[in-house]
Amino acid sequence: MALDKNGIAQRIAQELENNTYVNLGIGIPTLVANHIPKNINVEFQSENGVLGMGPFPFEGEEDADMINAGKQTITTMPGAVLFDSATSFSMIRGNHIQLSVLGAMEVAENGDIANWKIPGKMVKGMGGAMDLVASADNIIVAMMHTNKKGESKLLANCSLPLTGVKCVKKVVTNLAVLDILDEGGFRLVERAPGVSVEDIKKATAGKLLIEGEIPEMSIN
Amino acid sequence: MINKQVANAKEALNGLTDGMTLMLGGFGLCGIPENAIAEMVAMDVKKITCISNNAGVDDFGLGLLLQKNQIRKMVSSYVGENDEFERQMLSGELEVDLIPQGSLAERCRAGGAGIPAFFTPAGYGTEVAEGKEVREFNGKPHILEKALHADFAVVKAWKGDTEGNLVYKATARNFNPMMAMAGKITVAEVEELVPAGTLDPNEIHTPGIFVQRIFQGNTFEKRIENRTTRKKK
Repeated sequence: MALDKNGIAQRIAQELENNTYVNLGIGIPTLVANHIPKNINVEFQSENGVLGMGPFPFEGEEDADMINAGKQTITTMPGAVLFDSATSFSMIRGNHIQLSVLGAMEVAENGDIANWKIPGKMVKGMGGAMDLVASADNIIVAMMHTNKKGESKLLANCSLPLTGVKCVKKVVTNLAVLDILDEGGFRLVERAPGVSVEDIKKATAGKLLIEGEIPEMSIN
Repeated sequence: MINKQVANAKEALNGLTDGMTLMLGGFGLCGIPENAIAEMVAMDVKKITCISNNAGVDDFGLGLLLQKNQIRKMVSSYVGENDEFERQMLSGELEVDLIPQGSLAERCRAGGAGIPAFFTPAGYGTEVAEGKEVREFNGKPHILEKALHADFAVVKAWKGDTEGNLVYKATARNFNPMMAMAGKITVAEVEELVPAGTLDPNEIHTPGIFVQRIFQGNTFEKRIENRTTRKKK
């Protein structure tokens, strides 16, 4: 069975390392915060100006002045700090954030990512994504393996305008976990529960490398 | 002490005319200068260029100016919450310059800090880099981004004093401090205006030297764009 969005988030949460600063993008990446493994301490940064983001407020305790980059009302954790946008992107551009998780429309086998524009149809803007992908050492993309038409989102080359070049290191989809190799290509690391290597082959348009037995993800 | 206090938004925006370039603070609807925007709608100022991270929603924030076709050009990083914006942009009525959020913040900061341009890795290899100088530093390509300036920078703070010193609240700070530095005339609207000498100098975020006019807003709706809560167990 392919994973749902929460399943993808749960698998990505297994990548979190202790005592690190992490930026989560809008959409599936935001859900990662709900699945932090026990004994792992991470601090979430939101690029609109908060480090140490906490859960949503209790009903009636929302504060219009306290939001995340998805414009959702939030709270802060003990030790949190608030700052302006230039300071926020100093943290990002200056490579002080250890992991960035973001969504994508397309990822290419060389690590290129496209997630901000469909020419003539949809232009939402890149927000902070271009700054994030240009600087973070570790970038994980969270997305569905195929689009609504059933077409692969893991390609030889992106067809949409790029957000960043050669920057994605890992992709976690509803079907699989894949590492992007420096020399190019998606190396299959894990399969979603009940998903076969054949299923993943069919859904992947870019170069797919399969070596030996591919284990199944461990998802609760 | 230099007294920067003016009576209201109307007085604060005196001299704002058609075709000018404005910076407006805020992230989404958080920390936007609502009272000044309402006054711009009333003034019916036209063909303005707005430098603002977002474009409001259809019926609030900069969306109010878009509805009346007062904006000629938007310089933003993310505009996904406004259908009228998307319509005007795709039809060509509205000129739009989309730039990475960190570059937008730094370009405003540079404008206020007397730095004409800087190199950043953000946007290299994308549409954003088209026509821009590329240079390699430490083996990595960067693009040259230029400082931004505005005829009027309009910011919103929580507290301010008559000297123009400002204190922001929570994530309503966002772009306001950089934009406050980059305006030929910087207008600050605050929820609470106090006499100079009342704020603790240790806790001021924007020094009043950057602010030319300050007023206390009449009303703050502070609309929440995306209300998310959890239940008490």
